[in-house]
Amino acid sequence: MAYSEKVIDHYENPRNVGSFDKDDKSVATGMVGAPACGDVMKLQLKIDANGIIEDAKFKTYGCGSAIASSSLVTEWVKGKSLEDAAKISNTDISAELALPPVKIHCSILAEDAIKAAIEDYKSKNA
Amino acid sequence: MKLPIYLDYSATTPVDPRVVEKMVQYLSTDGDFGNPASRSHRFGWQAEEAVDIAREQIADLLNADSREIVFTSGATESNNLAIKGAAHFYKKKGKHIITAKTEHKAVLDTCRQLEREGFEVTYLDPKEDGIVTPEQLKEALRDDTVLVSLMHVNNEIGVIQDIAAYGELCRANKTILHVDAAQSAGKIEIDVQKMKVDLISFSAHKIYGPKGIGALYVSRKPRIRLEAQMHGGGHERGMRSGTLATHQIVAMGEAFRIAKEEMASENERVLVLRNRLLNGVSDMEEVYVNGSLENRVAGNINISFNYVEGESLVMALKDLAVSSGSACTSASLEPSYVLRAIGRDDELAHSSIRFSIGRFTTEAEIDYAIKIIRENIGRLRDMSPLWDMFKEGIDINSIEWSHH
Repeated sequence: MAYSEKVIDHYENPRNVGSFDKDDKSVATGMVGAPACGDVMKLQLKIDANGIIEDAKFKTYGCGSAIASSSLVTEWVKGKSLEDAAKISNTDISAELALPPVKIHCSILAEDAIKAAIEDYKSKNA
Repeated sequence: MKLPIYLDYSATTPVDPRVVEKMVQYLSTDGDFGNPASRSHRFGWQAEEAVDIAREQIADLLNADSREIVFTSGATESNNLAIKGAAHFYKKKGKHIITAKTEHKAVLDTCRQLEREGFEVTYLDPKEDGIVTPEQLKEALRDDTVLVSLMHVNNEIGVIQDIAAYGELCRANKTILHVDAAQSAGKIEIDVQKMKVDLISFSAHKIYGPKGIGALYVSRKPRIRLEAQMHGGGHERGMRSGTLATHQIVAMGEAFRIAKEEMASENERVLVLRNRLLNGVSDMEEVYVNGSLENRVAGNINISFNYVEGESLVMALKDLAVSSGSACTSASLEPSYVLRAIGRDDELAHSSIRFSIGRFTTEAEIDYAIKIIRENIGRLRDMSPLWDMFKEGIDINSIEWSHH
């Protein structure tokens, strides 16, 4: 299958791979997908006192497009407020990475991961 | 070293240079280009002689009579001719067929077609090691079982089935036994004097011959009859019409001759390489060999790397030409039906790779492959949340995943 150069770049040089302590109150964790479906994404955001995402890390089990989508998202969310991060949509991700139709679900998963992380943060700090 | 490294000999093989040299002598005006069916001139006679010699060479590898060899376009056609041909010819004796879930699609799909025509098919479930035991076959055989079709060596996991035992059972039950030997010819012994097999399918391109040519062994003692699937000039004793492709047949003959001569020494060399590859990766955690390691052809090893997703694994191994257990180009991930049939769960089936080693594989290539595999499995696992969970002792099956 032919991948775009951007997908290959993110796959071969993934940005921000890693983990934060999920019990830390300033850390938001979103884990989405399922092993049986072939994709699991874990996105973690470190949020400062002003509600700005100061750092992001990911781990992904999945195809090249899934790894690239999550890697891209960690770059995009940094410096954004939670409200702005929530506005990142799967169409932005799939357009940036030129994902083929059969890989659109990877970008949807990445969007879901952001939303799940924000939910986690809100419930932790409620 | 030339990259990518070819480790997909079970898919196809390059044509041996000795075979190419023979093959090109039957194409142009400089060679014997005649139609082997032409009886009125020497162009035809010479082509016929070349076909006769090739037929002998192929029969030799099986310890068969050359009159038992029918040329086809490949193993798929041989399987179709054997299964449909025998089922149709003997349908008055019964309409029950037995095969296994791990057979090649050319057998499974042909059986499905016969089901549509009113035959009843039993699909045996191999054991976890990929083997169909003789007891399983014995239990499934019925008075109206007209045909059994079981492969000699599995194309994905390379396991060797007990054909001799199936032969005894089928003969005792007066049932025809067809064996797909596309993956076993030239790799392990096939002796039709010892094995009671009635029909055997062969392909040339799996043993260093060209694509587009194959053969079907049709036993004379006992005499097995088939309903032709291809009608025309009555070639191949009426079983398969169509002008014989002299150059391909000669090439197949030469490939089988070389196989017979070199099988023993080649197997030894290939096995050393296969074990080197296996030893080079088996000390990593969560690495599983799929199918029996003992009852397996020398050139095949099928391994699952747990917690690494199959498609990203293939991407990571782009310098290795290997085959993956998951159909990664389709939107719905479909793991290998062979691995599912032997009880592998989805994750392990998805993360499987078939390495197949052959005549031109070198030790340096294997060492390079080991290095690439180790580096990339490590890299992908460091990126995998499932690997983290495994390391933390969390059972992945205990989590409620949101299936999408």
